[in-house]
Amino acid sequence: MRDNDNVIIKPPFTEEMKKEYTILIPDMLSFHFDLVVGVMAQHGYRMEVLKTSHRNIVEEGLKSVHNDTCYPALLVIGQFIDALKSGNYDINKTALLITQTGGGCRASNYIYLLRKALEKNGFGHIPVLSLNFSGLEKEYSVPLSFKMVVKLIFAIIYADFIMGVYNQCLPYEQNPGESLRLVKEWNARLLSQMSGPSFVRAKKNYKAILRDFAAIKRVKSDKIRVGIVGEIYLKFSPLGNNGLEDYLVSEGAEVINSGLLDFIMYCVYNNIYDKKLYGKGGLGYAANCLAMRYLKARRREMIAAIKGHGEFAPPSDFSKVISAAGDYLDHGVKMGEGWLLTAEMLELIHSGCNNIVSAQPFGCLPNHIVAKGMIRKIKDRYPDSNIVAVDYDPGASRINQENRLRLMLANAKLNGERREETATQKETGTAEVAV
Amino acid sequence: MSYKIGIDVGSTTLKTVVLGNDGRIIEKSYQRHFSRVREMTLTHILSLEHILRGHPLKVAVTGSAGLGISKDSGLEFVQEVFATAGAVKKTVPETDVVVELGGEDAKIIFLGGTLEERMNGTCAGGTGAFIDQMATLLNVTADELDQLSLKAEKIYPIASRCGVFAKSDIQPLLNQGARKEDIAASIFQAVVEQTIAGLAQGRRIAGNVLFLGGPLSFSRGLQKQFVKTLGLPVRNAVFPALAPYFVALGSAYYAQSLSEDYALTFDELISRLREAPSQTGGLSCRKPLFENEEEYGAFKSRHAAMTADFGDIESYSGKAYLGVDAGSTTTKLVLLGCDGAILYRHYVSNGGNPLPVIKEQLENIYRLCAGRIEISSSAVTGYGEELMRAAFGIDLGIVETVAHYTAARHFDPLVDFIIDIGGQDIKCFQIRDGAVDSVILNEACSSGCGSFIETFAKGLGYSAEQFAQLALFAKAPVDLGTRCTVFMNSSVKQAQKDGATPADISAGLAVSVIKNALYKVIRARSAGELGEHIVVQGGTFLNDAVLRAFEQELEKNVTRLAIAELMGAYGAALYARENETGQSSLISPKELHAFTHKAVAATCGRCTNRCSLTVNTFADGGRFISGNKCERGAGAEKASSLPNMMRRQYEQLISYPLKGGERLRVGIPLVLNMYENLPFWSAFFVELGCEVILSGESSRELYMKGQHTIASDTVCYPAKLVHGHIEELAEKNVDVIFYPCMTYNFDEGISDNCYNCPVVAYYPESIAANALSNKAPRFLYPHLSLSDERFFASRIYSVLKDIIPGLTKSQVRAAAKAGYRQYASYRRDILAAGEEALEYAEKNGARVIMMACRPYHADPEVNHGLDKLLTSLGFVIVTDSSVALSGGKRRHNVLNQWTYHARMYNAARIAAGYDNMEMVQLVSFGCGLDAVTSDEIKDILRASGKLYTQLKIDEINNLGAVKIRLRSLKAAMEEREAITSAG
Repeated sequence: MRDNDNVIIKPPFTEEMKKEYTILIPDMLSFHFDLVVGVMAQHGYRMEVLKTSHRNIVEEGLKSVHNDTCYPALLVIGQFIDALKSGNYDINKTALLITQTGGGCRASNYIYLLRKALEKNGFGHIPVLSLNFSGLEKEYSVPLSFKMVVKLIFAIIYADFIMGVYNQCLPYEQNPGESLRLVKEWNARLLSQMSGPSFVRAKKNYKAILRDFAAIKRVKSDKIRVGIVGEIYLKFSPLGNNGLEDYLVSEGAEVINSGLLDFIMYCVYNNIYDKKLYGKGGLGYAANCLAMRYLKARRREMIAAIKGHGEFAPPSDFSKVISAAGDYLDHGVKMGEGWLLTAEMLELIHSGCNNIVSAQPFGCLPNHIVAKGMIRKIKDRYPDSNIVAVDYDPGASRINQENRLRLMLANAKLNGERREETATQKETGTAEVAV
Repeated sequence: MSYKIGIDVGSTTLKTVVLGNDGRIIEKSYQRHFSRVREMTLTHILSLEHILRGHPLKVAVTGSAGLGISKDSGLEFVQEVFATAGAVKKTVPETDVVVELGGEDAKIIFLGGTLEERMNGTCAGGTGAFIDQMATLLNVTADELDQLSLKAEKIYPIASRCGVFAKSDIQPLLNQGARKEDIAASIFQAVVEQTIAGLAQGRRIAGNVLFLGGPLSFSRGLQKQFVKTLGLPVRNAVFPALAPYFVALGSAYYAQSLSEDYALTFDELISRLREAPSQTGGLSCRKPLFENEEEYGAFKSRHAAMTADFGDIESYSGKAYLGVDAGSTTTKLVLLGCDGAILYRHYVSNGGNPLPVIKEQLENIYRLCAGRIEISSSAVTGYGEELMRAAFGIDLGIVETVAHYTAARHFDPLVDFIIDIGGQDIKCFQIRDGAVDSVILNEACSSGCGSFIETFAKGLGYSAEQFAQLALFAKAPVDLGTRCTVFMNSSVKQAQKDGATPADISAGLAVSVIKNALYKVIRARSAGELGEHIVVQGGTFLNDAVLRAFEQELEKNVTRLAIAELMGAYGAALYARENETGQSSLISPKELHAFTHKAVAATCGRCTNRCSLTVNTFADGGRFISGNKCERGAGAEKASSLPNMMRRQYEQLISYPLKGGERLRVGIPLVLNMYENLPFWSAFFVELGCEVILSGESSRELYMKGQHTIASDTVCYPAKLVHGHIEELAEKNVDVIFYPCMTYNFDEGISDNCYNCPVVAYYPESIAANALSNKAPRFLYPHLSLSDERFFASRIYSVLKDIIPGLTKSQVRAAAKAGYRQYASYRRDILAAGEEALEYAEKNGARVIMMACRPYHADPEVNHGLDKLLTSLGFVIVTDSSVALSGGKRRHNVLNQWTYHARMYNAARIAAGYDNMEMVQLVSFGCGLDAVTSDEIKDILRASGKLYTQLKIDEINNLGAVKIRLRSLKAAMEEREAITSAG
């Protein structure tokens, strides 16, 4: 339905609908989203993460959005349309939820493209909700109470934490599936904790989680460590990146993935930095400073717990992430993943992981600058860095992607061997005669 | 000891190398595998039995299609770039850089200094495949193409972004009659530029350069262009005899490094290869085109019923009408009798030179006419229209849309949708109330799908017909994607790896072509939206598989005439019959006999566009010049003087004073955000007592200067040009280069926020990281916003205080004031000029084109002078930047938070209010944001019954396709006006 101005009329989502409606959300990070869905359920929302991955998602996406739109939009919208057409949902009792960052990247437009796609497919009556922290789409956002926000933040922090240790266990596990089972177990435990009043027993939980994961039987072997950076959807979503993590693990690598909290802190930091560049101060500025301090403290808590335990590598302190970008680009670069992407590549290198995959949608605008645009400079300063940029697109073939990943892995292996050689040579003092 | 076998299975070829006990090469081979990857590998190894049997064998497989074989057979795999690097280090250790071109991938390995290995991005794939396709286009073998190139006299600028774009530049050259020799060399030059642009990324290709891979070892023309472009001394350019085998050799060396535990006996190797289960698991397939023969039979007979009337030229006497369709790859002729029966028809691939084809056909027709038949009128349509008229005196020239509609209407008066898929282009026309209502043409990315199938078939050793037949009963047509033929080619490679049969691939291609047309080009919401009476035509629809795929996708039957490929010519002939003028000007048999034709390449020097011209001279001394964008190239003294706001904006922009004093010499690149903000900055620095030095005008040469520092090959052309501007400024005597990052633009009150796009906002960061040598002047690229005058002054003061000695805050405040003043006056002037242009159009009854574009599209190198083309067609041009901003914050169906987008939406609403105005949107290739704007603009225009025309622009210099589109637009406008005035 359109109004007199030819503008699509947005169906509202009322308080009553909350009881009867199922709200679908696109898949991106299952550990995180499962917890988020659990938290939302505690506040009366019935949500479901779409776990579909069949080819028809892409087909629906191609039919419903402009084909030059970025791949994540095409997939997210395709997944929704595919689900609505599947017959598994009562389309008169279904709503959709999508996140919005509100920056200068086209991703802010997803929600509009989704509404257009719904109209095109005869689903114009289906309410679309926005999840954002920038005040967009006020009437169509999920109303978040302070308590909900804190719980959601904790859900994300826990999921980041679990994902971090999980990634460090998975490639080494003796009994396949053990790590994943533990993740599920903990998800349930954390959710039941969060339904009560004392959900912030983080330190205690960290300890227990670390203890449990450390108990997983693991094979001691030298794996190639590969960091994944990139456009946020493609960095995480197996649907988007053709199961990148699984592929790397199957090729004998250990994957390092910074968490979702980094991205949130990046968004908060940008609001703070804007004051320096554009003089935008006021209440929002103060609130963002406060939020930043809080989040940084939570992150430090997490790092302290992992360091204290001693068996796993902790994520980087966010202050370090911020300063890593400084020599390469200005923190004013804030569209898409902005300076964070560059910073993450550098943080990986600083922490000893030279092998990096940058996953990006074909033709991604910010990535021309913050990913591909920075690789040469990084390579100049860190000759051992081994970065491969992989484009994802409905038409891009998997073999093309895998071939590039394989090159990265082969180089990683070679670099590893070279380093070992130099190490042995140094030990035995034969460096001069070696040639 | 053991023998070592390296097997390199690439996208098109199979290479093997066998090393003996002593590590010397004892056997090597190179052959095309025609997609039968496993079979060919096995056969080849079997043929080596006499060498291999009895020796322990260590084997390693490499190459893009090798991965599948390795997985299935359990043989060791080594990544190909890695293998190459290994072989080079071992055999030619003094190498600094390796350039390797294969069928599908291009690679560069830097060995001197830090090791760096690069492979082309997805977009720039298909080097060898591209050369093959171009050879087919020219109707020569790859060897002949090479021979031709060595006799070149001129190199044409050809887009280097990718194979599809390059083809879009080459095709019109052919149609203009450019020499094949020159085209051949230009093709190789395009490959060279694509390799450098895509892979060098700021590192110089210098020192000892080793050239590897099939194309580089077989084609001397390619070698020549590479050496010349890179400026390599002869001794540093190494073309080893082993070039095609290097990857296989590297793979053999890798096998050598394996422990003896890996050794197999000959029989073991054979059984591994033979018994390797063919895994088709990774393939995504769709249902077959036809379930059984019966279904196909019904389909066949339904379409066979759609035939035209034929007459007998041997017995006919009286008047006849000639229609010619000089298409991009094919030439079509139809001769009609008075009664509309076809007396003669011909469809031929023109092999890149349509003139001799037409000459021969006309001779043939005249002979058959034998004095009984008089050709009393003739018409031509298609790419080669103007050339044909000049060469053969054909009476009438008509726009393709009109030709096709005339033909389709003849058979189905109710036709409401026509889709024509030719070799190169996809054209769709929607018919409403007896007139062409909207015209949809593919942009460069989607072009060449039709001929791709044909070329691909040839590559596999099938004729186009055989290949199409294969598809009909394919059990599992594979999904090959829809983005473009380069991506499809790469998907085919994947499918081959996964064991798809040629039949499955053929069917998959048919489906891809259709999906590309439906979802990419037409952007159809549903089948119903297309129309009720759909007529399909064009050579590609002769392929039953394509036709079937179309019907399947639409879930609807469509009409294909038996003369589907001749519809343009048929329509032209009908048109000739309807518009008979009396005496036909068609070349007489006698003149035809004496007809000769010579084409000479030239460059027009009459303006800065520097169009590549082809001057055709005929026996009677007549001349025809093609390749020109405006009338001046064709010899006219003056270009059109119609108001042209694109040009006006550009001229106004560079008209401001730049010299304020000697305090600092500030270099400013005239790129991206500067096309809006230069008036501000020039006044600002002049007021501060500085001198502003602008980079020069954009040009192809300037682009080439900076090409090697481009970090991302898929970024838009306006951004790529920045690199050249920066190089140029670095050569000028400037103290600093000033190019700020601008997240925000001015808030003009018609949008919710005022963002720039990420590229406009942050490209200076990419320049800082990639494009500046140590000798470059200081590069200033602060993040600034101009939206708050007071804050701006304090912020810019902190940026400049250490750079301009003695700078005071009050100086900066005054300078800022001057900047804002000049910017405001610039905007006022442009708006006033826009107003005048509209008044002029009103007074003179001229048609107006409203350009939806970004300010930097005013750069003549970015728009390739298409503004001149528009004025030469009689259009007045206004832009979204030169019309009043009205209506405040309008609501839209997109997030309206970009300043430039808001202007476009505003302009679309304005255009909707004028009867004599249509909108054309210029979109730079790679502009992801315009994927959002274009749908919205189309929506706004459609709601008020306006046409939407989008022109995608990039490096592609040739406006042949654009010209056809704009002429179609003009024809549609005329037709509508005629209907309105009649009604």
